[in-house]
Amino acid sequence: MSARRPASRRVRPTTIFFYVVLVLVAAVYIYPFIIQIGTSFKSDGESTSDPLNPFPASPTIGAYETLSKVDFPLWFLNSTIVTVCVTIGRVVLCSAAGYALSRLQFHGRRFLLAAILAVMAVPGVVLLIPKFLILNQLGMYNTFSAMIIPLLWDATGIFIMKQYFDTIPPSVEKAARIDGAGVFRRFWFVMLPMAGPALITLTVFAFQGSWNEFTHMIVARSSADTNTLTTGVAALTTGQFGSGNRYPLKLAAALVMTIPVAVVYFIFQRKLVRGQGAGAVKG
Amino acid sequence: MAVSNDAATSIRRTQIALGRGDDPLRPRRRGPGLSGRDPILAWLFVLPMIVIAMLFLVVPIFMAAWVSVSDWTGKGSPLSGSVNFVGFENYAAFFSPGLAQRDLTTSIRNTLYFVLFVVPLQTLLALGLALVLNSRRLRAKSFFRTAYYFPSVTSSVAIAVVFLFMFSASGPVNAILAGIGLEGPNWFADPRGIFHVAAAAFGVEGTPSWAAIDLGGISLWQWLAGPSVAMCSIIALVVWVSAGGYMLIFLASLQGIDEEINEAATIDGASTWQRIRYVTIPMLRPTTTLVVTLGLIGTWQVFDQVYIMSQGNPGKTTLTPAYLSYTTSFGSFQWGQGTAISFMLFALIVVLTIIQRTLSRDRGDRVVAPRRVRRAERSTR
Repeated sequence: MSARRPASRRVRPTTIFFYVVLVLVAAVYIYPFIIQIGTSFKSDGESTSDPLNPFPASPTIGAYETLSKVDFPLWFLNSTIVTVCVTIGRVVLCSAAGYALSRLQFHGRRFLLAAILAVMAVPGVVLLIPKFLILNQLGMYNTFSAMIIPLLWDATGIFIMKQYFDTIPPSVEKAARIDGAGVFRRFWFVMLPMAGPALITLTVFAFQGSWNEFTHMIVARSSADTNTLTTGVAALTTGQFGSGNRYPLKLAAALVMTIPVAVVYFIFQRKLVRGQGAGAVKG
Repeated sequence: MAVSNDAATSIRRTQIALGRGDDPLRPRRRGPGLSGRDPILAWLFVLPMIVIAMLFLVVPIFMAAWVSVSDWTGKGSPLSGSVNFVGFENYAAFFSPGLAQRDLTTSIRNTLYFVLFVVPLQTLLALGLALVLNSRRLRAKSFFRTAYYFPSVTSSVAIAVVFLFMFSASGPVNAILAGIGLEGPNWFADPRGIFHVAAAAFGVEGTPSWAAIDLGGISLWQWLAGPSVAMCSIIALVVWVSAGGYMLIFLASLQGIDEEINEAATIDGASTWQRIRYVTIPMLRPTTTLVVTLGLIGTWQVFDQVYIMSQGNPGKTTLTPAYLSYTTSFGSFQWGQGTAISFMLFALIVVLTIIQRTLSRDRGDRVVAPRRVRRAERSTR
């Protein structure tokens, strides 16, 4: 009757159930983005009359044309400037600090590590008003330096670099030292080139973090010409640029600002995904 | 430090802050201790970061502490001579009847419901997805993982825009509801608490006399309102966004569980469900505690979504302490009260963190760690 087939051949009901769950949840995760893409090519009227259909009845690039006429290209440029500066700055400063904390012996090293941890524990939202206060006090408010310099601080990045340098055998550096290389040369020409994987992780995190940065940008500046994509699109959404729903326009703006991060995510997803999980297990 | 609500970075940051990342004070490998004869040179390496952290993190916090006990109104410098010390007046405003107290109480009520819904939902969803994805028989796992984690790496602004459309009056969510014969609400314009809606369905309208008593500026009946319909859409957004990140934490932890344990349970006749219920979930407890704590810390700070989607409306039912502190300062120029709110929020988050750390230490959660760590490290190489 019910002859028992080999376990490997059997499609078990749990497996089918698992697939159903995964596919349903994936639909909930992917469909909003598909609707977003489709709606951005619709007219204002069609966006709400047929909201579920991702295929526009009469496709139009009107939303994108409007975007190119408002300040959107400027926001994109500002975001790019901030992201490039923050990413380069973090890579240089985090690896220098990480190297010192990993390799150099100096008084206050342990205190410094504890202090970085303490600062990290301060919840971000609490720093909103304080950041405005100091930028205002220093006369930096509404400048690019106000948007960039505070973001250079990246305790996570320092630890990523420090922990990676910890794994490089001391013998590597010893050889260079015997050859007479000073600290700077050993750091720049010996250690840094060996820290490739950590540098990639750091770069990806810095890129993603500064491109998406929102709260810092609403307290560091307020002038129209310093809007980044996040603050610009937020202003677009909260109705500071005229009335009406204009969903195709808003969704197109949100889509364009998502693309750079999406590209980086799909290229480096293993890095991002592993970085996320690995830190947690090391409890 | 980037004040980002982005899940990936903030989770990593918090993990390290909570001592869940590698403990840098006790490195597994000690620094080799070569060189470093020149302490001045060593300080040069760390100096830029120290200056930035002092100038934009430490000093500002002290400035804010001063503002919270001063009468500064936003004109000129808070450090100038014309600004006066007012003691704890700004804090006291929240402990005596008035608009300030009513707003803060309302924001705490809102966030309490937000936390009560988001934390369990996102933890369960993350755990469920991780358990399914950890099953060895499945294919295309990385596709699903990529899809679920994608919202976590995208901008909170972009996601909020998409959800504003999804939950708009004639948007996709209501179109789906209409498809199954339900009339969807006008989500972001609906201040009714869902418990009140449910009560109304049972014929309870208006405030019952027993619920009229005042608790911190709003009535007991208002306390029992539940999250507003508008807040529910923000709850849906946050659960949807953050579940992916927590799923990865659960997955990393699951990979550390010895396969022999599962095999032993199977040989003993345990069904899949029994194995998950009595073997896997108990072994995941340290991770669950971590995810719940990170969830609590994150949800109490909710800000971006409120700023972009609802600005505290409708009827102040999406007001949160973080957003209230922002509008009190930048909107109504009551900088003293605004900073006072953020320090009280800070205190709350510190208390939550301490409670959680004490709980997990008492249970001896860390005892099982070293073995898992080694395995997890091997499997992620």
